[in-house]
Amino acid sequence: MATMNIIQAVNSALHIEMARESKVVVLGEDVGKFGGVFRATSGLYDQFGPDRVIDTPLAEGGIIGSAIGMALYGMRPVPEIQFADFIFPAFDQIVNELAKFRYRSGGQYPCPVVIRTPYGGGIRGGHYHSQSPESMFAHVAGLQVVIPSTPADAKGLLLSCLRQNDPVLFMEPKRIYRAARGEVDEGDTTIPLGKANVVREGEHCTLIAYGAMLSVIEEAANKAAEQGIRCEVIDLRTLVPFDVETLIASVKKTGRAVVVHEAPRTCGYGAELVASICERAMEYLEAPIQRVTGFDTPFPYVLEHEYLPNADRVLGAVRETLEW
Amino acid sequence: MSGAVSRERGLELLREMMLIRRFEERCAELYSAGFIRGFLHLYVGEEAIATGAMRALSPEDNVISTYREHGHAIARGVPPGEVMAEMYGKVEGSSGGRGGSMHIFDASRRFYGGHAIVAGGLPVAVGMALADALQNENRVTACFFGDGAVAEGAFHESMNLAALWNLPVLFLCENNFYAMGTHLSRAQAETNLARKAASYRVPADKVDGMDVLAVEAAVRREVQAVRDGGGPRFLECETYRYRAHSMYDPDRYRSKQEIEGWRRRDPIATLKGALRADHILYEEDVSALEASVEDEVEGAVRVAEEGSLEPVEDLLKNVYTPREIRWRR
Repeated sequence: MATMNIIQAVNSALHIEMARESKVVVLGEDVGKFGGVFRATSGLYDQFGPDRVIDTPLAEGGIIGSAIGMALYGMRPVPEIQFADFIFPAFDQIVNELAKFRYRSGGQYPCPVVIRTPYGGGIRGGHYHSQSPESMFAHVAGLQVVIPSTPADAKGLLLSCLRQNDPVLFMEPKRIYRAARGEVDEGDTTIPLGKANVVREGEHCTLIAYGAMLSVIEEAANKAAEQGIRCEVIDLRTLVPFDVETLIASVKKTGRAVVVHEAPRTCGYGAELVASICERAMEYLEAPIQRVTGFDTPFPYVLEHEYLPNADRVLGAVRETLEW
Repeated sequence: MSGAVSRERGLELLREMMLIRRFEERCAELYSAGFIRGFLHLYVGEEAIATGAMRALSPEDNVISTYREHGHAIARGVPPGEVMAEMYGKVEGSSGGRGGSMHIFDASRRFYGGHAIVAGGLPVAVGMALADALQNENRVTACFFGDGAVAEGAFHESMNLAALWNLPVLFLCENNFYAMGTHLSRAQAETNLARKAASYRVPADKVDGMDVLAVEAAVRREVQAVRDGGGPRFLECETYRYRAHSMYDPDRYRSKQEIEGWRRRDPIATLKGALRADHILYEEDVSALEASVEDEVEGAVRVAEEGSLEPVEDLLKNVYTPREIRWRR
């Protein structure tokens, strides 16, 4: 075991998989010689060379399209989109080509592309270096959406993504890229996709989040505990496919739930979580489910910490469910 | 083009173009009769390009196409029955009935679709060529698209990437002068499309897309240049679609004279004329070809009509790799 942050964990996963499987190719803006804007691909260029770590021009559609073409051949491209905010020029390639290749070819062409992209606010990035567009992609059948919250999960989930055959959007919480540190197996340990992590057990209220919001709900759970409220904390890990069973089992136990994400509220992923709980566990609910989310505005520059969910807002929502 | 082709080869090219045309005309009839639904884009008038270009490619090369791709698929060797069945949405179709007219795929013939998004296939073609370059495969990726695609950003990114990385891809632009109902001159400031490609340092040339022998010769030359490691090439084939953009298009943006002018350059009539001038085509050949093409197209229609529709149990199939999924109710 070694202590790593999320960047080091991602980097470790890429090193392991590129050494193990020659078909893995990394491509994107400044991923090679430069080592990636956040250094996530650092060292890969020197170890694996320019044919496997490919610097591209600023051309997101071209990057994703090229990755699709390589994947059709059984290669395993791992394109990096420098910021999730920059993914939209590639939206057509992702939604219309990548997600649907297997389906519309009647199963003839699987498309194992793993798109890595840093997402989220909290670093004073302003409007276009802070967004959380996960629900736009979770809505597209054929894609999988994975968001780790810890270094160990980042590594284990990324290795799993690289070893299956369908497209993945792997979103990395850049706010905690370096802040989140933890013990990570230096070896080859995978974490299965589609399995949520019950980080803490509790019986009064279920808190659900992913990515950078996990630490926020953990802090809220700590504060709640000081008041004698025991929260169950669930890290979703994978948005698609989504581990509905773990969620439902928890809500059946607690009867209350608060879902948290930093993306705007309207049609955010929280809406899907709330709907799923209502469909499966309505009769177990003691109170309406609460959502703590970003606001329905563009991502703010100065007021980002007022925009982003924090432990106090989450705690307030927990109290709402208890006092209803 | 006197003396340019043997009788055997001439008849083969002629039959292929006649087959594609009859196939497309039959599609129009079947559409009007309600057997083919949705959107349907016909290749009538442009047959020389698919027919000539495919002859210049090997089975190991890759082909990626547009939504006006029935002719490309047939010329590539996808059985017409499988193309027609796909249009009917039958499981016997080349994509299992999943895609319909605009999504013909055939992995066994390295036919990578059918792309209904204009210019959507270009970045994918770049990726396929990149994969070949990285794996030292001596393949050429032939990427078909229309003049409309040249206005899309994906075209420009693809030209740059292919040239920057010296990739083995042949960009085949079928310029029929109309992006749906908008003439090239109303859509693009620079109407010389080859110049745009050339500005990315992609060697670019033009050919008469109504002349199958000229297309074949030009594509053969370009394919060889690409195969020899010369990087990407761009070939503009000037052509014309006689029919409207799709079956929904009332076609009010072109004059009768313009259409008639292009019909006088009809690729099938032109080849017939050349073969007759060389005294290697006889009237009985033409009637025999017509009969044989009619038989093949009717056979294709039978495959489609006798095929079966996808069972409802397959609704969720092929979204992801087959695996144990407990679908949420």
